[in-house]
Amino acid sequence: MPYRIRLTYTKNGPIRYSGHLDLYRIWERAIRRSHLPIAFSRGFHPQVRISMACALPLGFTSQCELIDLWFVEPVSLDGVQVALALVLPPGLEILQTQAVDEHAPPSQTQVRSSLYQVTLLDPLDFTWLDGQVKQLLACPEIRRVWREKPYDLRPYIEDLECLSEDDQGLPRLSMRLSAREGATGRPEEVIDALGADATQARVDRIALFLA
Amino acid sequence: MGLSPQAIENRLERILLRVQKPGRYVGGELNQVVKPWDKSRTHVALIFPDLYDLGLPNLGLAILYDGLNRRDDVLAERAYSPWLDMETLMREAQIPLYSLESKHAIADFDIIGITLPYETLYTNALNILDLAGIPLYTSERGQEHPLIIAGGQSTYNPEPMSPFFDAFVIGEGEEVIHDIVDIYQDWKDSGGSRQALHEQLAHIPGVYVPSLYQVSYLDDGRIASITAQDDSIPMPVVKRVLPILPPPVTRFLVPSVDVVHNRVSVEIMRGCTRGCRFCHAGMVNRPVRERPVAEIVQAIETALECTGHEEIALLSLSSSDYTHISELVRAVNEKFAGRHLEISLPSLRIESFSIDIMDQLKSVRPSGGFTLAPEAASERMRQIINKPISHQQIMDTSRAVFEHGWNSLKLYFMIGHPSETMEDVQAIIDLCHEIMKEGKKIVGKKVKVSVGIGTFIPKAHTPFQWVSCDSVDQVRQKLSLLKQGLHHPNLKMTWNQPEDSLLEAWLARGDRRLADVIYRAWKKGAKFDAWQEQYRFPLWMGAFTETGLDPTFYSHRTRDLDEILPWDHISSAVQKNFLAKDYGWSLEGRSRLDCREQCYACGIVPTFTELRLQTAGADWKCP
Repeated sequence: MPYRIRLTYTKNGPIRYSGHLDLYRIWERAIRRSHLPIAFSRGFHPQVRISMACALPLGFTSQCELIDLWFVEPVSLDGVQVALALVLPPGLEILQTQAVDEHAPPSQTQVRSSLYQVTLLDPLDFTWLDGQVKQLLACPEIRRVWREKPYDLRPYIEDLECLSEDDQGLPRLSMRLSAREGATGRPEEVIDALGADATQARVDRIALFLA
Repeated sequence: MGLSPQAIENRLERILLRVQKPGRYVGGELNQVVKPWDKSRTHVALIFPDLYDLGLPNLGLAILYDGLNRRDDVLAERAYSPWLDMETLMREAQIPLYSLESKHAIADFDIIGITLPYETLYTNALNILDLAGIPLYTSERGQEHPLIIAGGQSTYNPEPMSPFFDAFVIGEGEEVIHDIVDIYQDWKDSGGSRQALHEQLAHIPGVYVPSLYQVSYLDDGRIASITAQDDSIPMPVVKRVLPILPPPVTRFLVPSVDVVHNRVSVEIMRGCTRGCRFCHAGMVNRPVRERPVAEIVQAIETALECTGHEEIALLSLSSSDYTHISELVRAVNEKFAGRHLEISLPSLRIESFSIDIMDQLKSVRPSGGFTLAPEAASERMRQIINKPISHQQIMDTSRAVFEHGWNSLKLYFMIGHPSETMEDVQAIIDLCHEIMKEGKKIVGKKVKVSVGIGTFIPKAHTPFQWVSCDSVDQVRQKLSLLKQGLHHPNLKMTWNQPEDSLLEAWLARGDRRLADVIYRAWKKGAKFDAWQEQYRFPLWMGAFTETGLDPTFYSHRTRDLDEILPWDHISSAVQKNFLAKDYGWSLEGRSRLDCREQCYACGIVPTFTELRLQTAGADWKCP
């Protein structure tokens, strides 16, 4: 019976517009509603002890978010899953629960890369887009500026390919990007580098790869 | 039919990542109610005409949302004002204002209820109608348009907004909203005209239909007469009150983004018996009705189950006056200690008992510091405004706050009270220094006294409804004296610019002619007037110039007691002659004590005799 549990969960629907800090509060309240014996941090303003890996940018959906919860007494995996399923807001759904050693490093430090699937909202010629992808991958470096800091995007792209169009004929991309601390590849940067409008895209995180 | 929900969602997806905080515009919160559109007989949109962040925590709308959605035949959904960035993109993408739950265009609803808790939301209300694609003026709306109604505290003087709304609710909304829906449903089935609907609505107690009244003016701009269309139309329209407070709402929406108040709010008492003469809420929300302790504690428990919130606010106009305050605090302590909750209990009186209460709440972490609101610093001034607390009492209480371990104290004062002199303003400075020095003796150099300075705005239905505001120059002089006098490392003063309160001053006691000023100001781009950095004073002055109306006629004029006031046909049940007498007492420096102890015959009891018979003798805190 573990004290620390890692959950894999989805973030779908309107709640995708809640940022990382908001999500922390959303989990905190869900846990309060569940009455699970969650641990609190010490100090004047105790906080629930939870930790989330790899902040998901605003607006992205995900099928693979991770959160670790610490409890003051042993709990069962099923018990946690059932109790939380009853109280989570629409869009957050637990897919998997797993016991984690209490002293294991935070998942945040274990994540190596993220796999995204991107749907572009404006129709684009498949051949053109595929050409753009190949061209981008052929570049030895991709100089870009993020929040006023210049950097090279190329080493963060581990994999990038054009997928077949979706059922509404919209172009799709698959990209596996580095997600190490201090070395995070951003899907919107890749989309922009391809010459498409990053604000006109639907981005879904479908897998996280841990060390 | 407007744009379909699917089309609205598709267009939204393309703009949401281009605005600040898109979570404001998507709904989907925990506890939102989504009902099948086609199976609902009547669709009501409830709108707070300011940002989501401010509107979501609004308790009034939460009550109506809950009450309406409990009906099988009604669906109620929400909308708020989009911020400037979102509005621009919505207009560009031709997205009409839509409901957060189902993304239906607001114009497709049957009834649109807009809350107007304060005057500075008026231009936003017009903008809401415009974004929804609905004609602003009632006279321009046809059979195909929704019924547009308003409620909220500022509708006690509905006149400046009268041409834009089919009907106003005066008073408490819990019951009357159902009467309105019932009348609407019958009318819709009957296929009658809009005029017929207006007449039927006018017969609901507490509903004011402005188009059925005519106002004429004297040459000098004062009102000559207010008349109803015919004898069947009520004159005056008396506010609606509930005999007993219903069980409080517990299924609160839990926002998925940060908003101003993330908390469970439970109203412990409605109304106030203190009779501060500047206080609109204290006059119009009579009689005082309290909720039982057990009901409050149970409501908190249920609401925490439903929401998981970490903060609870126990709301009332004067917490200390709640009969069972000690028992309530004890019960809350017993039940919720150790759950990492914060409790806020605003509006405590200036007496040592308040500190005992806050002390007891320490085990559940009272939120914020300690606030005292003497409102005025000289005893003379406090007699005039009827907040008779002695200097000694203020000092004793402040000292006790510091002695009980608080390092900081917040004080709230208003300037611009009737007959206030510079000596009275100087008294604010002196009092703050005296308190700060006492604090220093007790807690040392770290003592902090925050001083909030507000500007008094006379409101309709109060004993000061006849008085003039201070001129901008007077306010400026008083502020400058305060800024000099309160310049000290342990004192921190906050204030507003003198022009900031003028809009509220014009609108609070405005007549129907001001509607044209509001409309023109909105046309020129006025919106979010409640946001200091958005409020554009010159633009409002321009709107006044265009209409030929003099703003000072509304703000800087003492009315005669026999003048017909623009809101004379609206009754809060507190009689005009009572207010006049109380105004007279104020001029003599006479105060009235708590009316729990002695009835001063304000008019509530005789107006609602029958209603009171539905209650147990002690339910109303009228003697």
